[in-house]
Amino acid sequence: MNKLDFVDVLPAQQSSTRKSDLTSFEYSYKAEITNVYGLTDTEKLYQIRIINSDQRHQFTFKPGQFVMLELPGIGEGPFSISSSPTRHGDLELCIRAVGNLTNFLGRVPRGTLVGITGPFGTSFPVEEMENSDLLLIAGGLGIVPLRAPLFSILENRSRYKQIDIIYGARNPSELLFTYQYQMWRQFDINLKIIVDQADATWQGPVGLITEILKERIEAAGNDLSRNTYAIVCGPPVMFHFVCDMLINAQLPMQKIFVSLERRMHCGRGKCCRCNIGATYTCLSGPVFDYWSVLNMKEAI
Amino acid sequence: MLFKVFPRNELETLYDVLAGHHLVGPQARGKDQADQEIFAFDYIHSFAELRLDFTSTVHSLKRFLLPPREILSSFNLDNSGWEKHIDLGIYKPHVFFGLHPCDINALNKLDKVLTGPVYPDPFYTGKRKNMFIVGVNCSPQPWCFCKSMGTDTVLSGFDMFLTDMGDKYFVEIQSATAYDILMKLPIAQPTEGDHRRFVELMDERNSKFTCQVDNSDLTKILDLEFQSPVWKEWGKKCMSCGTCASVCPTCYCYGVKEYVDLDLTTATKQRQLYSCNLIDFAMVSGGHNFRPDSSSRLKYRYYHKHRGFQEAYEEALCVGCGRCGQACLSGITVPDVIDSVRRQEVPK
Repeated sequence: MNKLDFVDVLPAQQSSTRKSDLTSFEYSYKAEITNVYGLTDTEKLYQIRIINSDQRHQFTFKPGQFVMLELPGIGEGPFSISSSPTRHGDLELCIRAVGNLTNFLGRVPRGTLVGITGPFGTSFPVEEMENSDLLLIAGGLGIVPLRAPLFSILENRSRYKQIDIIYGARNPSELLFTYQYQMWRQFDINLKIIVDQADATWQGPVGLITEILKERIEAAGNDLSRNTYAIVCGPPVMFHFVCDMLINAQLPMQKIFVSLERRMHCGRGKCCRCNIGATYTCLSGPVFDYWSVLNMKEAI
Repeated sequence: MLFKVFPRNELETLYDVLAGHHLVGPQARGKDQADQEIFAFDYIHSFAELRLDFTSTVHSLKRFLLPPREILSSFNLDNSGWEKHIDLGIYKPHVFFGLHPCDINALNKLDKVLTGPVYPDPFYTGKRKNMFIVGVNCSPQPWCFCKSMGTDTVLSGFDMFLTDMGDKYFVEIQSATAYDILMKLPIAQPTEGDHRRFVELMDERNSKFTCQVDNSDLTKILDLEFQSPVWKEWGKKCMSCGTCASVCPTCYCYGVKEYVDLDLTTATKQRQLYSCNLIDFAMVSGGHNFRPDSSSRLKYRYYHKHRGFQEAYEEALCVGCGRCGQACLSGITVPDVIDSVRRQEVPK
């Protein structure tokens, strides 16, 4: 029988980087849920620690990136990392119980083992933002991807000028990370919170996030053209209004960063589920500058 | 590239030399309503089954590279945790005997995404690197618009390529393996006459293409006409069934799902090929659907293939095989859609 000389890439002897890329495709770090904090009725903050200490220390990510979290047999999904990058593989993920995986996750006990793959995607350029004023604008769950860059910024507070956080939620019971507001304010951060519907205990402003933003822009003399960066995270409908206001206040588009949400099944630019046009949100995003967003059809 | 010729009746020898391996080729599978033969790529067990004169297969050879369902990893579960097992599979070498230029070009396009520098897919790459491809020239069908897509000829991605010249086969040789195999046959150097005959045959084939698509400035036109009412009309016709993606040789989208076995001791993570026309393709948890209506999904399909991929790789993710148009239950074809968007004429 004639033997054909095929190239068998996977069992090949050569140990090129390509081969390790291939074999690591499905690899996931084994991690343990060390703590779970209920933040609201539906959102919980999960502290997840990569078990192998070498892997934990070598796990590095940039603020804004995401990981794929896998519960064997249940499912896998993309989640923004909302802990500080200096904590490496000691991750915090804030997750709303909304689908199969997240509802199941809400019921598992501490100590459950999960799989973590990543980090994936682009990040907020926090170094580039140094020596500038920062406007961090979050609506609802948007505070979650914003928390990682916020940690980075707080750790280097002296390198930034005025920092404003404008955070809007539907009602006071849906506000996340309430226990940290005091700490943020101690870092000389101007935190403004607004809710859509007040309850009996609410004493802050009521309305839309754009109202607070308007005040901030007016205080800057309707001119953000110099030395300001903005990070905007929230539901799609919020992007239009907030980004339009920022652009009208002459903030350059390439200084506005948004984090987009899409369905994802791989995180590696293969499954196409997160595509906007043919732009993979998992590879070219989730963090985009606003110019790129305007360039993609149906991005927001 | 090296060129050789061998007598027509030696094709069976070539088959015999290769038949020791898993051999996939076109074979007849009955007749359709118009009494035309239907062909499919499948395992070939005898030379008589191999039909190199096939028109076009209903499905592409995607199932051999991107199976409809594929296990990515498996788990052993117990009370203390789980173990993940990843079987990248050592794929047995496969010989693909009788691929048309469009199908080989489709593999070359898939390679750009799936074997590229960014997270190469080991499941696809493993199979792809274990392929031995014998291409064969085709006779254009009324639905083929590969000439417009620049995929009517193929320059790489195969081991040898056969052209039927009547009494002999003209072979283009692309790999040393292919050359070694051809040494088993009484091959000869093509004569001047063979050269001329080959060029004549190519000219004759070129003249037979009837279906065309005007691709000029298509990327810009797709951007300009993004809000066009034409898309709405096509959306009304489209039934969002995903047939086009399942027959498409270049569609590679998938979804990942995990399954627990009934005894709760094992689980698997599987991927299933998907289609961007299916309703929940872009729906996120919580119910928000980024492309809720059929027109936006159909538009996205064209946008990805003819605009986005073009931007990323300077070529369209379409080889013009026309399978989607032939398979579509509503009769939506790529040339019709692109024409109507270009001319802004709502289809009837």
